[in-house]
Amino acid sequence: MTAVHSSPTQPAARDTLARVQAIADAHRDLPGALLPILHAVQNEIGHVPDGAVPLIAQVLNLSRAEVHGVISFYHHFRTEAPGRHVVQVCRAEACQSVGAMALEAHAKKALGCDYHQTSADNAVTLEPVYCLGNCACGPSIRVDDEIVGRVDAARFDDVIGELRDGPRSTT
Amino acid sequence: MTRIYVPIDSSALSLGAERTARAIAAEATKRGVQVDIVRNGSRGLFWLEPLVEVETAQGRIAYGPVQAKDVAGLFDAGLLDGKAHALCLGPTEAIPYLKKQERLTFARVGITDPLSIDDYVAHDGYKGLQNAVAMSGADVVKAVTDSGLRGRGGAAFPTGIKWNTVLGAQADQKYIVCNADEGDSGTFSDRMLMEGDPYCLIEGMTIAGIAVGATQGYIYLRSEYPHAFRTLAEAIRRARAAGYLGADVLGSGKAFELEVRMGAGAYVCGEETSLLESLEGKRGVVRFKPPLPALQGLFGRPTVINNVMSLASVPVILDRGATFYRDFGVGRSRGTLPFQLTGNLRHGGLVEKAFGVTLRELLYDYGGGSASGRPIRAVQVGGPLGAYVPESQFDVPLDYEAYAAMQAMVGHGGLVAFDDTVDLAQMARYAMEFCAIESCGKCTPCRIGSTRGVEVIDRIIANEDRGRNIALLQSLCDTMLAGSLCALGGMAPYPVLSALNHFPEDFGIDQSAAA
Repeated sequence: MTAVHSSPTQPAARDTLARVQAIADAHRDLPGALLPILHAVQNEIGHVPDGAVPLIAQVLNLSRAEVHGVISFYHHFRTEAPGRHVVQVCRAEACQSVGAMALEAHAKKALGCDYHQTSADNAVTLEPVYCLGNCACGPSIRVDDEIVGRVDAARFDDVIGELRDGPRSTT
Repeated sequence: MTRIYVPIDSSALSLGAERTARAIAAEATKRGVQVDIVRNGSRGLFWLEPLVEVETAQGRIAYGPVQAKDVAGLFDAGLLDGKAHALCLGPTEAIPYLKKQERLTFARVGITDPLSIDDYVAHDGYKGLQNAVAMSGADVVKAVTDSGLRGRGGAAFPTGIKWNTVLGAQADQKYIVCNADEGDSGTFSDRMLMEGDPYCLIEGMTIAGIAVGATQGYIYLRSEYPHAFRTLAEAIRRARAAGYLGADVLGSGKAFELEVRMGAGAYVCGEETSLLESLEGKRGVVRFKPPLPALQGLFGRPTVINNVMSLASVPVILDRGATFYRDFGVGRSRGTLPFQLTGNLRHGGLVEKAFGVTLRELLYDYGGGSASGRPIRAVQVGGPLGAYVPESQFDVPLDYEAYAAMQAMVGHGGLVAFDDTVDLAQMARYAMEFCAIESCGKCTPCRIGSTRGVEVIDRIIANEDRGRNIALLQSLCDTMLAGSLCALGGMAPYPVLSALNHFPEDFGIDQSAAA
C-alpha cells in the first residue's frame, strides 16, 4: 500500500489500463474512493497514466475534469513515470536550521537535475518535501519508503551511490 | 532469554536502528545465546538513537547511540547483563531528560511493544474505554470537558465542547475523524505515538465514538508517514480481532469501526474542512464555516474531528479522571503538551510537560543549547505558521493565552531552534513561499497574497525602495490576517511579521523603521 514506487517492468499500455480498471472496480463502493484508487494505481504502476483518468471517472461517475483536478491538486500524485527510485529532500524549517539548503543545492548538482526531474541514468527522481517528521535528526531525506537522517553531502553521495549500484541492502 | 529493545520508530530507523537490530540478532546467533528482540517505539531522546535497552534484574538498562559496528564490543562487555560500556547510559528511567518529564499521553511510548495488545493492557491500556462503556455518552463528554483538554492540533478549541455539539446532533450516521496530517515542520509527536503506541489513539477514537454515537472512524494520515500507516493498519486489524473494535465493542452493544486513509502531500489538508473534502475524495479545498463540521462534517454528517494528540489524551482522562488531568497545567491551558525539540539543538527530542514550562527550560535544560555551539537566536514555535520568538521572550510560560498575547502560538508544540547564522529575512520569504506552494487557492488573500509577499520581501532584501515596501508588506500581512478563509493564509503573516518586528536588522533596517 505504501510503496512510492516498486520499480516494476513497464507493462504494455493495455495491460496497465486493465489494471487501473480492476483497481477502480475493486474500490468503487468505498466512501470517498478516489484517493484510495489513485494511491493504489500509483503504488502499482509508479504513476497515474493519462489513460487512467477516463476509466476512473467512469467508475466513480465523475467528470474527467474532477479526476484530473484531484490528481493535479496533490503533490504526491505524478502523471509521468519516475526513475527507479524517488528521493525527497526536506526543505522545511527544522531541516533548514541544520543545513537543508546546502544539501538541496548539493543534491541537484550531484544528480544533475532539478526538482521534479530524473537523473540522466534514470536512477533517481528528485522531489522536494515539506517535513518528514524527522525534525530532531535533520537534514532528512526520504528514499522510496525509508527516511534517512543527519544527511550531509557525503552521506547523500553514499546513499545515491548505493541506489545507482543496485538495491540497497539496509537503511 | 534476555529481552532487548531496539526502536522501530521512523527517526530511530533514519539513524540506523534496523541495521543495529539485525547486528544484535546476528551476534546473538553467532554466540549461541537466545535473545528476544522487541521493536519498541522511541523514548524520544533522538541524539541517543538508536537507543538499545536490555531488560535486567535491575530494570531496563540503556545504551546509545548504538550502531551496528558497536554491537560485537557491547556483547564482549556484557550487554546482556547490563554491564558497563562507554555507550552505557544506566537505567533508562533515571536519565534526567526522561525522569523530569510528565508523561501522560506518552506514558507507554518506548516502553511497550507497539503492536502487542497484551502489553498495552498490562500498561493501563483500555482502562479508559472500560470505564467509558459503563457511562452514558453525556458523562463521557462531561469528563472530557471537565479535564480542560483543548485541541492539540493548534487551534486549542475545547475538545469537550466539540464533542457535545456532535452528541446533541441528530443524524443517521456520525463520524469520528482523526487529523493525522501532521505537516508542521518541527513536529513529530503524532507520528511517534502512532508508531509507538497506536492502541492509545485507537482507544481514544473508540471512546469518542461510543460517547457521541458515531459508529465509523477515519484516521487521515499524511503520505509522508509510511511506517505509521503500516503500524496503524495492523493495530486496527488486531484490535478488531480482539473485540475492541467492531459491531459490539467490549460487549457494550455499541459499534465502532475504524479505517486509516492516506493523504497525498498537501499541507492544507491539515485544516479540518480541507481534510474532510480530501477524505470525501475531492481536492483539499477549504470549506466555509459555518456550517461547523460538528453539525455538517464528513459526507455532510455530524463529525468529531480532532488531532492525534487530543484523541490520544482521552484514554488517560477516562482512566484517571478529569481532575487528575486538569491538575496539570496553568491558567486555561490544562494538562500536558508533548513538546518537540527540533532543529539546531544538541539534545533534540520529545519532552512532555505540563503547560507553563518556558522555552528557556526546554531549549537549555532539556535541549542542551544549540548543536552548532553557537548562540540560539530565534525559535519558531508552533510550525510554519508560528512566530519566530526572540531570546527576550524565552522566559514567557508556554500557555495558549500567554503566547497569543505576544502574537505567537503554541500550536502543536513544535520548537525549531536556529543559531545566529539564521537570516530571518530569508525565513520570512520562505514562509510566504511555502504558503504559495501549499495554498488551496480558494481565497484571494492566501492564493495571491503569498506570491506577492515573496516578491515584496525580495524587493526589501534587494533594498529597492525599502521603506515603502516594508509598509506594503505590513499592509499585505494585515489583509491576509483579516481576509483569509483559513489558518494557512490567516497565519502565514505570523512568522513574517515576527521576523520583521524582532529581527529588523536582517531586513536591512534599524529598529525604529520597523516599529
